[in-house]
Amino acid sequence: MELKEKIRKFIESNLVVFEDEAEFSDSDNIFEMGFVNSLFAMKLVNYIEEDFGIVVENDDLEISNFNSVNRITEFIESKQPA
Amino acid sequence: MDNVSQQKIIEEVKAFTDKEIRPYAAEFEANEAIPRELIDKMAERGYLAASFPQEYEGLGLDPVYYGLFTEEIGKACASTRGLLTVHTSLVGETLLRWGNKELKEKWILPMARGEKIGAFALTEPEVGTDAKSVKTSYRKEGNKYIVNGSKKWITFGDVADFFLTVTTGEKGITTFIIERQMQGVKTTPIKGLLASKAAHIAEIHFDNVEVPAENMVGREGSGFTYIVSTALDHGRYSIAWAGIAIAQEALDAMVTYSRKRTQFGKKIYQHQLIQGILGDCVTKLHAGRALCLRAGELRKINDKSAVIETTIAKYFTSKIAMEITTDAVQVHGGNGCYNKYPVERLFREAKILEIIEGTSQVQQEIISAYGLRAYYRPTKV
Repeated sequence: MELKEKIRKFIESNLVVFEDEAEFSDSDNIFEMGFVNSLFAMKLVNYIEEDFGIVVENDDLEISNFNSVNRITEFIESKQPA
Repeated sequence: MDNVSQQKIIEEVKAFTDKEIRPYAAEFEANEAIPRELIDKMAERGYLAASFPQEYEGLGLDPVYYGLFTEEIGKACASTRGLLTVHTSLVGETLLRWGNKELKEKWILPMARGEKIGAFALTEPEVGTDAKSVKTSYRKEGNKYIVNGSKKWITFGDVADFFLTVTTGEKGITTFIIERQMQGVKTTPIKGLLASKAAHIAEIHFDNVEVPAENMVGREGSGFTYIVSTALDHGRYSIAWAGIAIAQEALDAMVTYSRKRTQFGKKIYQHQLIQGILGDCVTKLHAGRALCLRAGELRKINDKSAVIETTIAKYFTSKIAMEITTDAVQVHGGNGCYNKYPVERLFREAKILEIIEGTSQVQQEIISAYGLRAYYRPTKV
């Protein structure tokens, strides 16, 4: 499965709104839209670290790294060896 | 560390609490303070760093054994357990997770040694559950930040050497380590509490406190999403076990009392209505313990479900601690309302658990949101 699709599926399985109310593009800010809660952010960090073998560091804790499908994908790609 | 070594530590802490804490719990409460000597004795044994890695002079307990460790301390004295909750769990584990190298080097070892006590400064006179609405403010001035505002209900706030402090400013919620010795920091103890009387709970006032930029934990604006959430997650895990601790201690007391106390010519446990109470309490306690152990196992492997399972465990054990201590008072009758019997204190302490680290109502909302997604079956009627 393509990385972006995996990320989207993960987000969709953790939304605090239901499917028919939750349409978002790959660039939409899911935090600003109120689609996820603060527990999601922690779960997302665990997901990224465990499933992609990445360590999320203190310096990575910019909300902008994790607020959309595109940004999460870019973050993971930037951390993985080329 | 292997399980045998970890179990040995649990046996040691049991002996320590029996000697150094349980006999004095009522006295600590009457004095409204756990003594500094006790904190030092705990530090000497590594107890203030029970969950820290051994490289930081911690005991290196894994989450399951750290839970069992918390239970042992919590059974003896809720205020002493409160030190572990804030210093070790909320502050220590959050710094270990999100502190940069410099912050860890500066704070973790002194915390492990008990040279520096940490407290978590989130709630305010006007802000409790609505934690994103904190009013304590920061503003940037050169390479430092100026913090103003007040915090309330800060456990160990009256003796802590530093506060992991939640503020709001230009970029949103941001967390800083603010040291007691910084100019403009003042703490005032809060007396007259229902429980946690010995936990040095205080108000903290920040009056134009100059905080160096290197004291920021996490990034500017990421404070709630990552730092507060991480801290509260560790706090909830600690409180989940605190619920087991109080429930277990109350059950032990009520079973023992029911086998010793005679009414109507027979021991009170021989009355079927008392047996009904005892049966329910044993069942609730075992269910709560199973939830805590499951949460601990998930935390051990950093599983994605660990956060929600911890929330469920915290909600459930704080609820059953209240129910079981209520029953314990009932089984004790008049004696249960008297402070010469520990169940009187346990009953009051249990109530606190339904409020701290997120009220039960907030936990219900979180658990409900999880359930509405996890158990939705669109193909079913």
